[in-house]
Amino acid sequence: MLGFIIQRLLQAVGVMLAMSVIVFIGVYAIGNPIDILIPPEADQAIRQAVIERYGLDLPLWRQYLVFLGNLLRGDLGRSFIFNIPTLDLILGRMPATLELALSAVVAATLIGIPLGVYAGYRPDAPLSRAIMGFSILGFSVPTFWVGLILIMVFAVELGWLPAGGRGATVELFGVGWSLLTWDGARHVILPAINLALFKLALLTRLARAGTREAMLSDYVKFARAEGLREAQVLGRHVLKNISIPIVTVFGLELGSTVAFAVVTETIFSWPGMGKLIIDSITVLDRPVMVAYLILITFLFIMINLAVDLVYAMLDPRLRRSAAR
Amino acid sequence: MSAIGRDALAVPTRERRPLAAFWIEFAENKVALAALAVVVVFVLAALFAPLIAPQDPYDLGKLSLLDARRTPGAVASGGYVHILGTDAAGRDLFSAILYGLRISIQIGLLAGACALALGATFGIVAAYRGGRLEAFIMRLVDLQLSFPPILLALVLVALLGQGRGQLVAALTAAQYAYFARTAHGAASAERRKDYIEAALATPLPGWRIVFKHLLPNCLPPLIVVATVQVAYSIALEATLSFLGLGLPITEPSLGMLIANGFQYMMSGRYWISLYPGVALMVLIVAINLVGDQVRDQLNPRLKR
Repeated sequence: MLGFIIQRLLQAVGVMLAMSVIVFIGVYAIGNPIDILIPPEADQAIRQAVIERYGLDLPLWRQYLVFLGNLLRGDLGRSFIFNIPTLDLILGRMPATLELALSAVVAATLIGIPLGVYAGYRPDAPLSRAIMGFSILGFSVPTFWVGLILIMVFAVELGWLPAGGRGATVELFGVGWSLLTWDGARHVILPAINLALFKLALLTRLARAGTREAMLSDYVKFARAEGLREAQVLGRHVLKNISIPIVTVFGLELGSTVAFAVVTETIFSWPGMGKLIIDSITVLDRPVMVAYLILITFLFIMINLAVDLVYAMLDPRLRRSAAR
Repeated sequence: MSAIGRDALAVPTRERRPLAAFWIEFAENKVALAALAVVVVFVLAALFAPLIAPQDPYDLGKLSLLDARRTPGAVASGGYVHILGTDAAGRDLFSAILYGLRISIQIGLLAGACALALGATFGIVAAYRGGRLEAFIMRLVDLQLSFPPILLALVLVALLGQGRGQLVAALTAAQYAYFARTAHGAASAERRKDYIEAALATPLPGWRIVFKHLLPNCLPPLIVVATVQVAYSIALEATLSFLGLGLPITEPSLGMLIANGFQYMMSGRYWISLYPGVALMVLIVAINLVGDQVRDQLNPRLKR
C-alpha cells in the first residue's frame, strides 16, 4: 500500500513538471514577451536593461529553470496589469469561486440523485420521461445561454433577483463570504443555479443509469424475494451499489465546476478566478495566465490523486494491478 | 420453449438487414424521429441559407442603421417583414441566424471529424501495438480526460489567436481524447477475437489489419461519441465566441450573435440574443436526442 502511494505521488510530481514545461513554453515562447513589456518608443539602453532584468536573453531552458526555481519558492511572477504578485491576486479571488462552486455542487447533488433514482426505478412513468427530457436540456444547452435566460427572466423581466455582482459580504476567517448575508445570498442564487444545471443533469443521468441496471440484477430480485419493502430495496441495496461511480464522478466534477465557473462568472460579473482569467486573456496578462493554469493543474492533480488513493483503499484488486 | 423458438427465428432476419432493422427500431421512438427531422431541417437551412434568407447579412451596402433594433414582425426599409426583428446594425435577424448556423455547423462538423480521425487513430493503434506505446498514449489520454475541455480550448484559443483554423485545432485538441478512449476500449476487445488472430497469421501488412479489420468493427461506439461530440463542439464554439475568444468578428457564428445582443438585453430588447440562442439550443438538443437513441440501441446491457 505504501509503495502504491509513493508511486502515485511520484507520478503526480512528474505530471506537474510536464505541465509546467507545457505551460511555460505555451505562454512564454509563443509570441514575444519583449513587445509587451517594453513600449515601442523605448531606446536601446532601456530595452537592454529590461531584457536583462527578466532574463529574456538567456536560452529557453535557462529561462525555464529560473521560472521553475521561482515557482518552487511560491513566486509566480507579478501581474503586468495589477502589478501585484499573481499568487496573491488569484488566491484573493479564490473564495468567491469556491463559494459559488460549492453552492452549485451541493444543490446539484441534493436534487439530482433523488430525481435520477426515481427515473431509473420507474423508467416508463411520465414524470421520469419529463425528468430525462429536462436532464437532456441541462446536459446539452450551453451554460452561457442558460445564464442569459436566467438573467432575462429573473433579473430583467421579473426583477426578483440581481443580475450580477456578489452583493454584501461578511468577513469570516479573513475572507469575505456572500452566503452569510441576505443580500449576498440573493446574489448567489442565479449564478449557482446556472453552474449547477450541468452537474444536476449529469448526476440525474448517472443515478438513473445505475438504478436501471441495478433493478435488473439478481441481488434486487433476491432482496424482493426476501420480502423487503421497496423503499428498503432502493435505500439499502440500489443506492449503495450505484454510489461508487457517482462518488467518483462527483469528485472529478468538483474540479471541473471550478473550471466551468469561468463562463458563469463572466456572465454574472462574479468576481472570482474565472472572471480574472478571462480578463487576463483579453489584455494578455501572461503571468496571471501562467499562474492560473499552474494552480488549476495542481488542483486537478490533487483531486485525481485523492480519487485514486480512495479507490485503492476500497478495492484491493485495483491496488494489486496498479502496483504491478 | 416457444420463446426460444421465436428468438431463433428473429435473429437471422435481423442479421440479414442490420441497417433496416436498426432504422425500424429507431423510428419506434417518436421523440428521436422528430429530433432527427429537426437536425435535417437545420442542416438543409444552413446549406441553402443564401437561397432562403431575405437578406445577405454581410452585404454592408444593404444595411441601414435606421432599421436597427426593430421588434420581431416589423417592416423596415427593405419592404419585407423581419419575422425575428433586426439587430443593432440593422441586420435581419432571421438571415443572420441562417448564416450563423452555417458557420456553427461547419465548425462543429470539422472539429468533430478531426477529433474522430485523430482520436480513433490513437486509440486503435495503441490497442493494436500494445506495450509501452499503448501505456504512454493511454496515460496521456487519461490525463487529458481529467482536465475539463472548456479550459483546454480556452487556453489554446488564447495562445493560438483567433481564426477558423486555430479554433478547429483547439476544439480538436480538447476533444480527441474521448474518441481515443472509446476506440481503445472497443479495439482492445476486438483485438482478442479470432478473426484478428487469423488476420495476424497471414502476411497482411499492419496498417491493413488496423484499417480494414479493426476500424470497421470499432465504428458503432465511435459513431455514438461522434454525435455527442459534434453537438458539444457547436456548444463549445458558441461559448468561446460568446466570450470573445472564438471566431473573428467577420465570421459571426451563433455565439457571437448572442454576445452582440447581450448588452441590449438589460434594456428589454430581448430578441437579439434570444432567437440565435433558441436556434442553438434546438440544434444541440436535437443532436443529443438522436445520439441518445442510437446509444440506447447499441448498448447490449439494456437488451434483456
